[in-house]
Amino acid sequence: MLDFHGYGPELLRGAIVTTELAFASLALALAMGLLGASAKLSGSRAARGAATFYTTVIRGIPDLVMMMLFYYGGQVLMNQLSDYLYYNHGIDFFVQFDPFMAGVLTIGLIFGAYMTETFRGAFLAVPTGQIEAGRAYGMNRFQVFFRIMFPQMLRHALPGIGNNWQVLLKTTALVSVIGLSDMVRIAEQASKAEHAPFKFFIPVAVMYLSLTAITELAIKWLNRRANAGVVGGI
Amino acid sequence: MADDSAPLVCRDIHKSFGDTPVLRGLDLEAQKGDVVSMIGSSGSGKSTFLRCLNLLETPTSGEVIVHGEPIRFRENRKGIRVPADQGQVERIRARLSMVFQNFNLWSHMTVLENIIEAPVHVLKVPKKEAIERAEAYLEKVGIRERKDYYPAQISGGQQQRAAIARALAMEPEVMLFDEPTSALDPELVGDVLRVMQKLAEEGRTMVVVTHEMAFARDVCSQVMFLHQGRIEEQGSPEQVFNNPSSERVKQFLAPNFQRSRF
Repeated sequence: MLDFHGYGPELLRGAIVTTELAFASLALALAMGLLGASAKLSGSRAARGAATFYTTVIRGIPDLVMMMLFYYGGQVLMNQLSDYLYYNHGIDFFVQFDPFMAGVLTIGLIFGAYMTETFRGAFLAVPTGQIEAGRAYGMNRFQVFFRIMFPQMLRHALPGIGNNWQVLLKTTALVSVIGLSDMVRIAEQASKAEHAPFKFFIPVAVMYLSLTAITELAIKWLNRRANAGVVGGI
Repeated sequence: MADDSAPLVCRDIHKSFGDTPVLRGLDLEAQKGDVVSMIGSSGSGKSTFLRCLNLLETPTSGEVIVHGEPIRFRENRKGIRVPADQGQVERIRARLSMVFQNFNLWSHMTVLENIIEAPVHVLKVPKKEAIERAEAYLEKVGIRERKDYYPAQISGGQQQRAAIARALAMEPEVMLFDEPTSALDPELVGDVLRVMQKLAEEGRTMVVVTHEMAFARDVCSQVMFLHQGRIEEQGSPEQVFNNPSSERVKQFLAPNFQRSRF
C-alpha cells in the first residue's frame, strides 16, 4: 500500500480544501461573469464602462500579484474599516481575512472577468428571433431571460465555461503561497520534511488530473442537455 | 368611422428609423372575423406595420387600440416615444399572437413544449389543460405525431404549422402573420396556406402580410396595398385585384397572376 509517512489524512484534507476553494471560486466567477456580461450588454454607458474597466484591469494583472494584494491589502483595509466603524459609530465589526476567503475572492474575481467575455459572446449568439418570439407572446423581461435567453445562451457558453473551469481549478494551487493548507502546501511541507518529492507531488498531480477528468465528464453531460434540439450538435 | 370595440384598430401610424420614414400614416380596422391581407413590394413597410401592431416596433406616432383599449405611450428621457406601461403591452401581446416568417419556434423546446410555453407561463393555464389544448391544435394543423420532436428535426412547413398551433394555443383575438410562407420551399407553401384558409373560414380575425396573391384574393376579406409606407389601395379583394385605380397596383399585379391557385 501507499505509505505517506503519516501525512495521508492531511493530504486528504488538503484535497478537500482545494475542491472547496475551486467550487466556491467557480460560483463567484459565474456570478461575476453573468453580472459583467449583463453590464457589458446593457444600455447604460456607466455599466458598460464599469464592466470594461473590470475585465481590463483584472485580465492585465498576474494572478499571484492579485492574490497578495487581496490577502495582505485586504486585511489592512479591513482593520481600518473596523477601527473607523468602532471609533466613529460604535459599531463592532471585524472580519478576519483568512487565506481561504482571499483565495475565493481573488480567483472568483479573476475568472469572473474571463467568464464575462464567455457569457457576453454567448448571449450575443442567441438569435434575436428567439427573443422576439418570447416578447411577442407576452413574456416579461424575466421570463424572456430565464426561459429563452439563458438556456440558449448556455449552449454557447458551456465550452468556454469548461475551459475556464480547468484553468481555475489549477489556479487554486497558488493559494498555497499565502498559507492556505490546500493539498499543494501540505505536499510541499511533507516532501521537504521527508525528502520525498515524488511521493507527495505525484499524488497531488493525480488528484488534480482526476478532478479535471471528472468535471470534464460533468460538463460533457451538461453540454448534451443544453444542446438538445440542435441538429448536428453534440 | 372606426368602431373602437373592434378587435384591432390603428390610426395614423407613423414610423421612422432614424431620419428614414418607413410608415407615413397608416390606418387599419379589423372587425371580428376579418381577414386583412397586406401586400406590396419589399420595403413598402408591410412587416414594419405588422410589428407596430403588437409593439415589437414602437410607432413614432399614431394609435393602436385593441378591443377598445388604446396602448398608452410616453416619451423617455431622450424624447423617444416608448410604451408607458410595459405590463399593458405584455397583456395585449398575449391577445395578439404572431406567426413569423422564420417560424422562431424556441429551438431548445420540443414542439409540444413550444406550444404550451406561453399559455402556461403567460396566461397561467394549468399545464395539463395546456397540453390537452396543444394536442388538439396540433391535430388541427396536422402534425400531432411530431409533438415530441425539436424544431430542427422537422421540415420548414411542419415548423410553420407548429408555430401556427403555438399562436392558436393562446386563443388570441387577432392572429398576426408576417410573411408566413416566404421562407418555405414552394412544395410546402400549400400546406401552410391551407391551414390558414381553414382558420379564416372558422371566423378568426387575422392580419396577414403576404406575397401569396392567390391567398389574398381568395381568402381575405380586405386587402391593403402598401407602397412607400402609405396605403396605395384598399378594399375588397375584387376591387383591389380586378379593378385597381392605382397605376402602381396595376403594375405590381400584372406579372403576379401566373399562379392562380395554391
